[in-house]
Amino acid sequence: MDFELMINSLPKLLNATFITLKLLTASLIFGLFIGLFFAIIRLNKNPIINKFAYVYSYVFRGTPLLVQIFIIYFGLGQIEYLRSTALWVILKEPYWCAIIAFSLNTGAYTSEILRSAFQTIKPGMIEAGQSLGISSKIIFYKIQIPIAIRQSLPAYGNEIILMMKGTSLASTVTLMDLTGVAKYIISTTFKPIEVFIVAGGIYLFMTFIIHNVIKFLEKKYSY
Amino acid sequence: MNIIKKFSLGVLITLFLSFSANADKIKIGTEGAYPPWNSKDASGKLIGFEVELAWTLCRYIGQQCEIVEQDWDGMIPALIMRKFDAIMAGMSITAERQKAISFSQGYADEVASLAVMKGSDLEGMDTPAGINLTKPNAAAKKALKTLTAALAGKTVCVQTATIHQNFLDSGDVGKVNVRTYKTQDEVNLDLASGRCDAALAAAVAFSDYAEKSGKPVVLVGPTFSGGAFGNGVGVGIRKDDTELLNAFNKAIDKARKNGDISRIATKWFGFDASM
Repeated sequence: MDFELMINSLPKLLNATFITLKLLTASLIFGLFIGLFFAIIRLNKNPIINKFAYVYSYVFRGTPLLVQIFIIYFGLGQIEYLRSTALWVILKEPYWCAIIAFSLNTGAYTSEILRSAFQTIKPGMIEAGQSLGISSKIIFYKIQIPIAIRQSLPAYGNEIILMMKGTSLASTVTLMDLTGVAKYIISTTFKPIEVFIVAGGIYLFMTFIIHNVIKFLEKKYSY
Repeated sequence: MNIIKKFSLGVLITLFLSFSANADKIKIGTEGAYPPWNSKDASGKLIGFEVELAWTLCRYIGQQCEIVEQDWDGMIPALIMRKFDAIMAGMSITAERQKAISFSQGYADEVASLAVMKGSDLEGMDTPAGINLTKPNAAAKKALKTLTAALAGKTVCVQTATIHQNFLDSGDVGKVNVRTYKTQDEVNLDLASGRCDAALAAAVAFSDYAEKSGKPVVLVGPTFSGGAFGNGVGVGIRKDDTELLNAFNKAIDKARKNGDISRIATKWFGFDASM
């Protein structure tokens, strides 16, 4: 065990953790909006609209994240037409390609989490609102959404942790995130165990924080 | 219960047989993604200069060999952890790597070069045909200055953990935006897509890609050798494995004397890259 290397690589790895956190927050914010949007249209009565949401979640939950990020980064880069459009300004950057892939992926899982949360709301609660003469719009915002958020917290906390670990795939499209920098240090020191232990420790610490924040929120919003 | 007993006995026997069968085989690790040094054919079989040379060297050593595949970025750690006994993967002999493993004498050498897509503004740089960085002369120093100016602010792509990455990190050509990839294939893809302004690798890796893909990839600037680019490509072997090191050195001597290395090199590179 080369403890000196472990200590020396810590500042570099912590620096890279910043990129990992940036990727994670951006993907979670975009993913939450995408997920909410698709969860709502999934509950739509129109079969064409809810099939569309179903296919989206089926495709992104049914394929590996690595494949998705490769298709978006290397695959789209091969289409010559795309390179002449304004979209290329975004797709040219590995950073945005990673965020697009992560957002679409976590969006698919989030939409399923929220959909099932909406469906577990007891009809009685909505009927209670209706019997008081509250409009269906206010029932949705004041009754359905708050209950759905509370219901989905445990599952969503899980999804945040999964996504946090998923960001390590950013290193496959040249980004120097926590895993990317760990691999870089290994490429010059040839000591994978020491460096990966430190990197793994940082991931564990992040999981610890996320886990406790979710636990706190669960308690706060319990009823 | 009987079935489980029989089954586990079977597993044990199979394990024992597979261990004992491999006991005296030399395992050689290669990447299989760096043509023409080593690559794979359509059926997934390992081919290339080093694969053919490995079989030849094993014949001279007089021992059975097995060639195994290993991702480039884990090559040296895998050797140290005894996943295999020798590396033949276009790995240049550098001082940095020699801190971790030993190398046999070099068996082949070829130069590195920058590549761009046709029409790039990096084309037509005024530099000599080739520079050696071990003891850079005035012309080489001037060429490095020209490159520093031309590459300022550009994105240059390389495969990770290579001599090419070491060179760009060394600061000899100033502060360029270095982007690293897991394989040379991915470097080529992003060079063609325009995400990289230039790429740095073995010159043959680019000419091989240009030929196979039909993409207008052109070599620019001088070819590089010496210095960060090391002293030829050799067989990487664990430091405590001196017996195997001697065996490989002797086998390379014999193969060179009989003209095997230059024959195989000419077959795969199109020119004699042996040394």
